[in-house]
Amino acid sequence: MTPVDVIINGERRDLAPRTTVAAVVRSLTEQTSGIAVTVNDEVVPKASWSGTEVTENDRVDVLTAVQGG
Amino acid sequence: MTTRISEAESGTAAAGARDPLVIAGREFGSRLIMGTGGAPSLQLLREALTASGTEMTTVAMRRVSTTTQGSVWDVLRDNGIRPLPNTAGCFTATDALRTARLAREALSTDWVKLEVVADERTLLPDPVELLDAAERLVDDGFTVLPYTNDDPVLARRLEQVGCAAVMPLGSPIGSGLGIRNPHNIELIVEQAGVPVILDAGIGTASEAALAMELGCDAVLLASAVTRAHDPALMAAAMRDAVTAGRRARIAGRIPVRRYAEASSPAPE
Repeated sequence: MTPVDVIINGERRDLAPRTTVAAVVRSLTEQTSGIAVTVNDEVVPKASWSGTEVTENDRVDVLTAVQGG
Repeated sequence: MTTRISEAESGTAAAGARDPLVIAGREFGSRLIMGTGGAPSLQLLREALTASGTEMTTVAMRRVSTTTQGSVWDVLRDNGIRPLPNTAGCFTATDALRTARLAREALSTDWVKLEVVADERTLLPDPVELLDAAERLVDDGFTVLPYTNDDPVLARRLEQVGCAAVMPLGSPIGSGLGIRNPHNIELIVEQAGVPVILDAGIGTASEAALAMELGCDAVLLASAVTRAHDPALMAAAMRDAVTAGRRARIAGRIPVRRYAEASSPAPE
């Protein structure tokens, strides 16, 4: 199967087809709360993570709260 | 200098009386809002937050890093401190909206410290983008606490579009220059119908006390504590300063005189 070429937090990566947003989050952090995800700058609500598959050339950003302000 | 004390303020005059800070209907026992930026470690941050007595603390939203150990999110949760996400690093209203929505999703809060700055060198708020962002965020259901210039007119406009507080700067972020225009802060306080929170520029405890003496409802600071030699000790100092300044404000200072007025009776 052809891998899916996406950009995750600014880095290009090849993912298995049908990889979900939930799987991308798990690959980056053990944190389960305090996380938000955008795909192509649109926020993906947490409830939709496991039902949303990333597709070719998607820009996925996984964000969390850090020290600031 | 004369200060006018509102009835609401003087009603809480008794020492030790309950005197909560109320923002958008939510009560806070502490009038010190902390930021978390600049702490050398999460452990020092934890100690400083505890010493400060703060009940609400700002955080920024950034990409997760696979190398960092522990998170500020855990520190706040463990300590029962309410997170106040900021939009630091945003230069346009559109950027700020995106960041606020991200934070709302991640942290399950519709409160936001709105920062829209004009340039990296001064980090001063861009008034045009700030007002635009504030209006759009209020429309989107956010409780908006804008970091603003010490400009009474802009503060009034921010209140008019529905902000839950106004947060004028004392001086630029992280500068420790204190309150450069106390007169403007007093003008903002006089006209405000929402809480006024002195945000940015505080360097040491006397400046936090001054903010409260000028009539601010609360103080927001980060660097003064997190970059101090002993963050927890400075946090405790800030806590005391904010309390002292608040009490002095409510108590009503004596008028300033040009010459002495004897405090002992004249000799007979």
